[in-house]
Amino acid sequence: MTTRRLYDLGCGYRSGDKGDISNIALFADGPELYELIRAEVTVERVQAHFAGLVRGRVERYEAPNVWALNFVLHDALGGGAPRSLRSDNLGKTLGGALVRLEIEVPDRLAARIMPAPDVGWAETILERLV
Amino acid sequence: MGVRVGGGQGFYGDTPAAVAGLLEAGVDYLCLEALAELTLAILQKDRQKDETRGYTRDLPSYLRAALPAVADGRTKVITNAGGINPASAARAAIDTAHELGLSGLRVATVLGDDVMPRLQELADATDLAHLESGAPYREFPGPALFASAYLGARPIVDALAAGADVVITGRVADAALFLAPLVHEHGWAWDDWDRLAAGTLVGHLLECSGQSAGGNLSRDWWNVPRPWDLPYPIADVDADGTALITKPASSGGRVSFDTVRHQLLYEVHDPAAYLSPDVVADFTSAQFIDEGNDRVRVTGVRGAPATPTYKALLAHHAGWAGETKVAFSWPEAREKATATAAIFAERVGQAGLPVAEWCFELWGVDALGGPTVPATTAEPPEVVLRAAWRCDEASTAALVGREMVPLTLSGPPAGMTGMGRAGSRPSELLGIWPTLIDKDLIDPHVKVVVEAVR
Repeated sequence: MTTRRLYDLGCGYRSGDKGDISNIALFADGPELYELIRAEVTVERVQAHFAGLVRGRVERYEAPNVWALNFVLHDALGGGAPRSLRSDNLGKTLGGALVRLEIEVPDRLAARIMPAPDVGWAETILERLV
Repeated sequence: MGVRVGGGQGFYGDTPAAVAGLLEAGVDYLCLEALAELTLAILQKDRQKDETRGYTRDLPSYLRAALPAVADGRTKVITNAGGINPASAARAAIDTAHELGLSGLRVATVLGDDVMPRLQELADATDLAHLESGAPYREFPGPALFASAYLGARPIVDALAAGADVVITGRVADAALFLAPLVHEHGWAWDDWDRLAAGTLVGHLLECSGQSAGGNLSRDWWNVPRPWDLPYPIADVDADGTALITKPASSGGRVSFDTVRHQLLYEVHDPAAYLSPDVVADFTSAQFIDEGNDRVRVTGVRGAPATPTYKALLAHHAGWAGETKVAFSWPEAREKATATAAIFAERVGQAGLPVAEWCFELWGVDALGGPTVPATTAEPPEVVLRAAWRCDEASTAALVGREMVPLTLSGPPAGMTGMGRAGSRPSELLGIWPTLIDKDLIDPHVKVVVEAVR
């Protein structure tokens, strides 16, 4: 067993808001990783990960049809978008923050190498600009 | 025969540029979703300044792109751009038709979601308790600035049955905009829960425009083709509820199992019980088949009977916010930013300016990630301090920002910049009060008004 961030395992993420609630969907790329995150990424782990930023309770739902977990974070946005003083008043970045979480991983999954972002096309465009 | 619906708008501020692609690809209905929770707050501020406002003001630009196709009988438009003033939005739609020289179109307005004039009556009849905290309505820190119930697809279906070419609503649930034409065309019954759930799921996939076509995609985002030409999604929905999610072929972007599932769980709580006014949809029952070539087939969606209540949002004044940003460079950027925050707060205190809440963020350190950012001893090359504060009075919030300016000469040593924008105007904060209201108390007040453009 080795420790890896959810990011390093290839987990996808998207977060959104409803009032002062943020939800974060966490995606696995198949059944094996899904079963691992289902076992490892518990409500308690997520609650501790966001301690200080999320003031309320955390709930977890499962969507096995798309190999995903959905976390619902209460009292999470500084009072809700139109009331919050935070620059990220909608919690758009909380999904990325979740995949920083480290979990215990069997060696076979730990050996995964994820592709690094490649924005060569963007650099080409920017170089053309005056 | 499938019914083709297109998601032409995902929020107030989105671009009408993708509408042309949807119309060229062919959609029977162009649905424009303009309202987020935050949007109602923005529209309320607009209406406060001018009673004829309160709808999303980019509606005419969408209609300029769409109405010629509507006049040709190629598509119909359904939108909740009416915000908190659908009657004024309908007026703007009719004006736009006149401007384009189009007559004969029928514009329907759905009314009855705005419950502000009836709040006391509703509070007497039901409890209007806060959905999260359970606090009773008597603790609502009123007066209400807006109060809107999320209506379902029914009044839109009524409008379509009355021959409407353009349907303008206020606060209707996002997905209901897309469900309505499917119910209308396929003749689905209001207790055909599986079909209603399928239509609601399709609506949910389309309501955020580019977000199911490669926008805001995690992981492989850098490989999405031509992201500057991101298309908006199309669903081709059969009478049995089976749907094909796709996009205009000539555009960039991507529709795949991954882009679709990202949107499936966006702003969802229990995916097995997605609460909408029309049905409780089980998103975990759906099967997604990626057929390649930007086609994802959705089948097997199950639904359960709708609840007896509508969700409603009430808003109240919650003070005034100010903010300022200052940039610091190496060396000791983080320490300078931290010290400046403290010196600033002390000066504000000395000046006798009452601040009810502070928010200090160090951009480049942990402004967004907070406690999830791993501790590091590495020194950042640059840090931006963002300070935000809440005051009871707007004038106080403005004076607080002024206290940062003298630190240019009297703060930590050189390396601070960006003071030019220090004194931004305070903005009003709104508190949101979500609640539930019995449908029986709302439905008798829901009206559809149809007007022909002459």
